[in-house]
Amino acid sequence: MTTHPSTSSGHVQEDKVVFGFWVYLMSDCVLFAGLFATYAVLQNATFGGPSIAELVSVPFVLTETMILLTSSFTVGLALLAAHRHSGTTTLRVGYGAGKKYLVLTLLAVTLLLGLAFLGMELKEFSHLLAEGNGPSRSAFLSSFFTLIGTHGLHVFFGSLWMLILMAHIVIKGLNPGTVRKLTMVSLFWHFLDIIWIFIFTIVYLMGALAL
Amino acid sequence: MKTLRAYILGFILSIALTLVAFALVLEHVRTGHVFPSHGLAVAVLVVLAVIQLFVQLMLFLRLGEERKPRWNLTALVFALLIVAILVGGTLWIMQSLSHGQMQEPRDIFTEENIFPSTQND
Repeated sequence: MTTHPSTSSGHVQEDKVVFGFWVYLMSDCVLFAGLFATYAVLQNATFGGPSIAELVSVPFVLTETMILLTSSFTVGLALLAAHRHSGTTTLRVGYGAGKKYLVLTLLAVTLLLGLAFLGMELKEFSHLLAEGNGPSRSAFLSSFFTLIGTHGLHVFFGSLWMLILMAHIVIKGLNPGTVRKLTMVSLFWHFLDIIWIFIFTIVYLMGALAL
Repeated sequence: MKTLRAYILGFILSIALTLVAFALVLEHVRTGHVFPSHGLAVAVLVVLAVIQLFVQLMLFLRLGEERKPRWNLTALVFALLIVAILVGGTLWIMQSLSHGQMQEPRDIFTEENIFPSTQND
């Protein structure tokens, strides 16, 4: 492997793989748009049940937001550490000397933050279910659980993927293959953070306006 | 180190934008829904979220540094177009539907005399 992969043919191939993943993210974006539209239409259809204003705890959700935002930052730092010296960015895969343990540490921090986020979300869901406000309570709650649950599922699979990637890096070290996977995980994670900004704004903050 | 600066700047800006949005909602609730008004608050919240979208696209996803022919950007713009049609179209259709049904919801049970209303006794 040369030290300047941008001149090798392998680089072009890797670019295509990352671009393919980007196209997947864009289609995922359309999926979330459908869920957001459903939520926007059904948010007042409470069927005598609680409205979003009665359920929302903004400081709790703000904490979730900060956790996810910080994890988005740390996964970016992990990618940066892997790419250091190669002068590449998120969208262009390169093979830097990298610092394996720094990358692993930053990924571990990201993973822990992701799990903390998931834990808080599960706590919120179980609290709602315990009070009889499950997805079957009203059309509003169905759309609420679908939107937030789909995002949570993405975070769950992202965390699982990150765990597997960490095992890959431990075993194989930083090579073009693992760095490419890291690039895609970080794209996925940034994407989830962006989706969450809109959930935070549209569901929670706009819901809290009626408090 | 240029990229590290971009990540740190993106992180700080994102936190700031989130806190401003949070403070706006607190202020709205504290003043008893007077200032900012509901419509203004919703508009500002949307603008803040869109600014944060661009901050993260440029500084975390580094979309601005992509070289020509910028296929990632092309795919993003196309996705945003679909999102706009999907969400905007849905809201437009559903709003004009509910506008067409502005009258009081009918109480079908009373009308059909299935459960005669006790208030009429």
